[in-house]
Amino acid sequence: MPGLLELFLAFAKMSLAGFGGVLVFARRAIVDKHRWMTANEFNETFALCHFLPGPNIVNLSVVFGARIRGVAGSIAAFTGLLGPPFLIVTALAMVYARYGDLPVLRRVLDGVSCAAVGLLFAVTWRMMLPLLKQRDPVAIVVLVAVFVAIGVLRWPLPQVLLVAVPASFAATWLARKRVAP
Amino acid sequence: MMGAGALFTIALTFGWLSLFAVGGAAAAIPEIHRIAVDLNHWMTDPQFADAYAISQLSPGPNVLIVSLVGYQVAGIAGSLVAMVSMCAPTAALAYGVSRLLNRVGSSPWPALIQKALVPVSIGLMAASGLVVAIAADGSRTAAVLTLIAAVVAAVTRVNPIWLLLAGGVLGFAGFL
Repeated sequence: MPGLLELFLAFAKMSLAGFGGVLVFARRAIVDKHRWMTANEFNETFALCHFLPGPNIVNLSVVFGARIRGVAGSIAAFTGLLGPPFLIVTALAMVYARYGDLPVLRRVLDGVSCAAVGLLFAVTWRMMLPLLKQRDPVAIVVLVAVFVAIGVLRWPLPQVLLVAVPASFAATWLARKRVAP
Repeated sequence: MMGAGALFTIALTFGWLSLFAVGGAAAAIPEIHRIAVDLNHWMTDPQFADAYAISQLSPGPNVLIVSLVGYQVAGIAGSLVAMVSMCAPTAALAYGVSRLLNRVGSSPWPALIQKALVPVSIGLMAASGLVVAIAADGSRTAAVLTLIAAVVAAVTRVNPIWLLLAGGVLGFAGFL
C-alpha cells in the first residue's frame, strides 16, 4: 500500500491529467496502473461519493485516502487532487483579471465556452440515455421537473431539492412496490 | 469587496451550497450562477461564462470554477477560501459516512437513494448547460458550434481538451 507522499503524487498526477473531469484518470490510476482497488471496489466507492453532496472526485479522494492511511491519507489525497490545479486556476484568474477585456481573448473564450457547453450537454445526454431506454416515467418526470425549476424558472437550489429529493424518493419507492410481486 | 468580511461571505456561501451539490460540481453550476451573478452581482453574465470556460480549460476537478468566482470577489485569498469551503465540509461528511458504512455493511437503502437521486442530478446538469449557454449569450453561429461540439462529444471518445482547443481556435479566427 502506498505511503503519504505516493498518495499525494498519484492524486496530483491524475488531477493534472484530467481535462473535463478527473474520474476517468482516477479509475485508470487506481484500478489499472497501481491496482490499489479492484474495479468493483472502485465502482462501489464512487457510487457512494457520487450520491453524497459535494464534488464527487474530491469525496472519492478523501474516502480512498482514508482507507489507505486514515485521516493523514485523506489529507494527502485531498491536497494532491486540489493543490496543483488550484495554483493553475488561480494563475489563470490573475491573467484573466488583467487581460480579460482584450478582444482577442474575448473571442477565444467565447469559442471555448461553446465547446464547454456542448461537452456538458453530451455528458448529460449520455447519462440520460439509460433512463430513456428504460422508459422509467418517474425518473423522466423528476428529471424534467428539476430542469425546469432550476434551469428555466431559476428557483433556488436548496428549496428545489428539499421538495424534489423526498418526492423522487417516495415515487421511486412506490413504483418499486408496485412492480414487485 | 475586500477584507475579512468578503472572505467570510465566500466561506459561508460556498460551504452552505456544497451541502446541496447533489451530483457534483457540474450540477451546482446554476446555483453558483444565481449566487454570483443574480444575487450578489460579483460578476456579469459574460464573466461567468468565461469562468466556466477557464475552469474547463484547466486540468483538475470541475469544482475549481468556485475559485474563479472567489478570485473575482477577494483575490487569491478569495480563490482559496472558495475552494476549501466548497470541498472540505462535504469531504468530511464523505469520510464520516464511509467509515459508518464499513461498519453497518450493506443495506437496501443506498440502492433506492441512488435510483431516486439519478434523475435529480441529471436534471441539474441539463439546467447547467442551459444556464451557461444563456450567460454566454452567443450568436446563432455560437449555438451551431455548441451543437456540433455536443454531437462530436456524444458519439466519439475524443479527449475533451481537443474540443475546447478547437473552440478556442475557431473563436480566435473570428468565427463567432
